[in-house]
Amino acid sequence: MKILVCITNVPDTTAKISFTDNDTKLNKNGVQFIIGPYDDYALARGVELKEQSGGNLTVLHVGEADAEPQIRKALAIGADDAIRVNADPQDSYFVAAQIAHIASQNSYDLILMGRESIDYNSGVVHGLVGEMLGIPSYSPVMKLDLEGTNATITREIDGGKEVLKAPLPLVLGCQEPIAEWKIPNMRGIMTARTKPLNVVEPVSVDDMTVPQTYQLPAPKGACKMIPASEAETLIKLLQTEAKVL
Amino acid sequence: MSVLIYVELDNGSIKKTSLEAVAYGAKVAEKTGGQAVVLALGKADNAELEKAGQYGAAKVLHAADAKLEHENSLAYADALVQAAAQEGSKIIILSKSGLGDAMAARAAAKLKAGIVSGVTALPETDGGFKVTRSIFTGKAFATTEIKSDIKVLVVRKNAVEIDEATLSGGNAAVEAFQPALRDSDFTASVVSVEKADSELSLTEAEIIVSGGRGMKGPEHWQPLIDLAKALGAATGCSKPVSDLDWRPHHEHIGQTGIKVAPNLYIACGISGAIQHLAGVNGSKCIVVINKDPEAPFFKAADYGIVGDVFEILPKLTEAAKSLK
Repeated sequence: MKILVCITNVPDTTAKISFTDNDTKLNKNGVQFIIGPYDDYALARGVELKEQSGGNLTVLHVGEADAEPQIRKALAIGADDAIRVNADPQDSYFVAAQIAHIASQNSYDLILMGRESIDYNSGVVHGLVGEMLGIPSYSPVMKLDLEGTNATITREIDGGKEVLKAPLPLVLGCQEPIAEWKIPNMRGIMTARTKPLNVVEPVSVDDMTVPQTYQLPAPKGACKMIPASEAETLIKLLQTEAKVL
Repeated sequence: MSVLIYVELDNGSIKKTSLEAVAYGAKVAEKTGGQAVVLALGKADNAELEKAGQYGAAKVLHAADAKLEHENSLAYADALVQAAAQEGSKIIILSKSGLGDAMAARAAAKLKAGIVSGVTALPETDGGFKVTRSIFTGKAFATTEIKSDIKVLVVRKNAVEIDEATLSGGNAAVEAFQPALRDSDFTASVVSVEKADSELSLTEAEIIVSGGRGMKGPEHWQPLIDLAKALGAATGCSKPVSDLDWRPHHEHIGQTGIKVAPNLYIACGISGAIQHLAGVNGSKCIVVINKDPEAPFFKAADYGIVGDVFEILPKLTEAAKSLK
């Protein structure tokens, strides 16, 4: 069993977002970076499946060197080795092309990642990678079990869920409750220091989309408070003032 | 040059978010000089599909193959690419959903097309094709130029204003469409599907009533459900509530749950953690009911009531009932 888990390096969910350089770059000052929360679920399930079936788990990140603490954390959680594609990716297509290139050189049975990154929220990299490799992709996956060369997947659909049985290899976008997040233990942290982290250069990809500028939303007006004793007047205000009823 | 819009069907009806995508696509077609063509996959009556014309579509391609009846993003993406080739479409538009993103991604890889998901407004077409999209779960926006010849856009709810009163009223012509289906798109077998049929889907709902830990337990949910019923609203919940299994996981709204953008969001007993706000900040109007006047959610609200949700909810339900 060969598993590839792709992780993003993103601002913590509580981070205050601002931009610099005339609104062309994220202001990283004072921002704590983490493994994408959805990717963390994918990693946790990947490690469990590797431990059950034996095999190898590689963690892959497409990005710059400042992500290395997060990559080491993934190694401490249980990945055997890591690859970092040394690039400052501009869009999903570029990231997917790098993942597909690495995957085409190694035959992975499973390629796992989060359902979306929490910075750009596109949720399209798993689909792009699947198509580039010519294998199926499914998302968002809430449960994943393996039986020989078949996977049983529970996927969230609009207003419910669906259970699929599909042959490997597969690309899956994951979300909770696929596994509990894992916290690295001391032994993991020690061994992670000596596990291989290979840095490779990106393959060239045509510019599909180019980010121009970033903007923050307009500030919200003041909240209109209604006394609890007159709660019912809210409905009238929603109808006549806010015009949403 | 045409604009191709994929519409999602739900029991033979075009989803509301997809009709918005049609209106969006028709406006893009107007800007770029072409016609808006709609693709529908699965069972639907012609009378229903013709409706796309009222939102600006010139025609509808309909593939009713029984193999396409069950949602299959792989086969759907194949059909979408074939429809784009037949129509010579350079711009492909889908509405934001799990299916929309999956189809858009696979189609973009097949077509070597730039893809932007989460688009919040019509594109700028003077001097390059630029779109604005929501990033950092609604905490910011990015303007992006799409450079590729073929462009794939996944649009969010409310990306275009629709005035129901000014719909053209014209019907679109429906044409049968027969995509070549590949066996490799059907390697998965569907073991089971669980769908709460009666419930209004959160991503489609215009009004959402949502509960947090302040509701004190799953057995106290009825007043909230009553208000939702009176308003024709869907029900949602915060992450702690779904983690505690008070409510099903598919109701979880927030950064790691469903992101919603209704006209009206009513939060009952939700303090407003930043991760929850991230899932609702696309809402037009937010009402917060909480006994704690310091709850951070009030800062993001349009209307607020400080008090006991169990006293306030029945009053609102009464007032909502007398509205009709």
